[in-house]
Amino acid sequence: MNIVEKILAKASGKKTVSPGDIVEAKIDVAMVHDLTGPLTVESFNKIGVRKVWDPKRIVVILDHQVPADSVKSAELQKTMREFVEKQKIPNFYDVGRGGICHQIMPEQGYVRPGEVTVGADSHTCTYGALGAFATGIGSTEMAAVFATGKIWFRIPEVMRFNVTGRFREFVTPKDLILNIIGRVGVGGAIYKGVEFAGSTVRDISVDGRLTMCNMAVEMGAKTGIVEPDDKTLKYVKKRTNRQFTPIRNDPHAIYERTIEIDVNGVEPQIARPHSVDNVKPVSEVSNVEVDQAFIGSCTNGRLEDLRLAAKILKGRKVKKDVRAIVIPASQEIYSQALEEGLIEIFIKAGAFVCNPNCGPCLGGHMGLLAPGEVCVSSSNRNFIGRMGSPKSYVYLASPVTVAASAVIGKITDPLEVS
Amino acid sequence: MISGRAIKFGDNIDTDVILPGKYLIYTNPTELAKHAMEGLDLKFIQKVKSRNIIVAGENFGCGSSREQAPLALKGAGVKCVIAESIARIFYRNAINIGLPVLECKGISGKVKEGDELTVELERGEIRDKSKDISFKAKPLPKFILEIISDGGLIEHLKKEKIR
Repeated sequence: MNIVEKILAKASGKKTVSPGDIVEAKIDVAMVHDLTGPLTVESFNKIGVRKVWDPKRIVVILDHQVPADSVKSAELQKTMREFVEKQKIPNFYDVGRGGICHQIMPEQGYVRPGEVTVGADSHTCTYGALGAFATGIGSTEMAAVFATGKIWFRIPEVMRFNVTGRFREFVTPKDLILNIIGRVGVGGAIYKGVEFAGSTVRDISVDGRLTMCNMAVEMGAKTGIVEPDDKTLKYVKKRTNRQFTPIRNDPHAIYERTIEIDVNGVEPQIARPHSVDNVKPVSEVSNVEVDQAFIGSCTNGRLEDLRLAAKILKGRKVKKDVRAIVIPASQEIYSQALEEGLIEIFIKAGAFVCNPNCGPCLGGHMGLLAPGEVCVSSSNRNFIGRMGSPKSYVYLASPVTVAASAVIGKITDPLEVS
Repeated sequence: MISGRAIKFGDNIDTDVILPGKYLIYTNPTELAKHAMEGLDLKFIQKVKSRNIIVAGENFGCGSSREQAPLALKGAGVKCVIAESIARIFYRNAINIGLPVLECKGISGKVKEGDELTVELERGEIRDKSKDISFKAKPLPKFILEIISDGGLIEHLKKEKIR
């Protein structure tokens, strides 16, 4: 069996499983945030169960509309605080205590290799970077998990990307995942698992692997996963006290198909409006002026991302008429970035630095776009209206490409700036 | 049996156009319905009164896990979503809130806007009465049909408890 099959077989108490089987799996950890949590609570109350199955296995993180941007948001967040208190849920991250859910979950040790995690958010697939099976579900389904601790899964076929070669300067794991999505398309992995493997993936840091698995859902995948190695174990052991058993592929594991990717010669990539698979090398997208540049989100708001962006922005200025917004993904990252002097670099460059939250990525608040405006963003989606007006345009790229574009005022390959 | 007229959409209709992010602060289907498909068609809410079976291309409902997307469609009066393929989370969410969904290869090229359709979920049979042709979708597994016929996962769980 492959790693996905092995994790799901274990979670459902079976010796073997194969694609197409429907199993009932035990959940190790379940996460909700401020936009999906309230509907979960509403549904949970309707089921008529008084107590959640295990308060210690539930994590509640307020990250989307924080601090509350409207009375309605404030009400939703109050609903979550009351639920947490009533159900005695110890793992609660309120405003200023945590950050973006998909950073907090790995960073604070809730994701462990070999476990099954569900989150009421599509980017829950991020956690596969640590060798867990993790996937997004809806609010009502989460209410059922809160009540029972179980969920049904169809065992997915798994596509394997075997990545080899070395990155050119300023080419990042974000460019690799955009390149992959450009190849297979936004529907290229519907309902499937995708595994990232090969020597290049082994060389990529945990931060970079989180970026890659985060965007697995953008090709329709149920989960993205990287087999755990020493890097994974070092990262996780620092952060959790709980015992866990890493699970790896069997020697002759079966995949639906294996796709070979060579990153030698791959340039920085960019996804043009309005589809994540509308990908080109940055060098082929010229003369696109930008109004806003966003560095942050659950895809690219991590320390490594901020360091890379700072490399470009150090001693430079964001072009007049461009609004640059930088949002560290968590309080911990924010604090480290301050210590390393990165925040000062951003501020001196003329960027607007915000406290950890999802920011303008989903068009909730903190930097929405007017009709006709263009944003180059390190986030994960460029759908019509994603960041504001249905007549605005979002280009997706790595944080370093975003930083270079902010300086020049046009979409720019970072090599041109450095 | 479900009957109605077709309202057509293309490939990769994402949850951000089905229900834009700024409305996620709402959970009430009637409120959400006002903004259904707002990212693509401001007249959807009027059109759906007479054409209430969505027929779409590949990867319908891709993107976020927002349950508000199928809730908005159901609230607007959509009776069933039929697509060449349906994104995973949208598929589960729709079933869990009691909105029937079917995947049917080859349907989007044949059925035209406004065609009169009947859908038999149990057998996965879709009939286009305007064109006098039938389509066979992969029928839903029994436990999913039960969830839909109970009116969604919550009602289903309540009944399970009683059973």
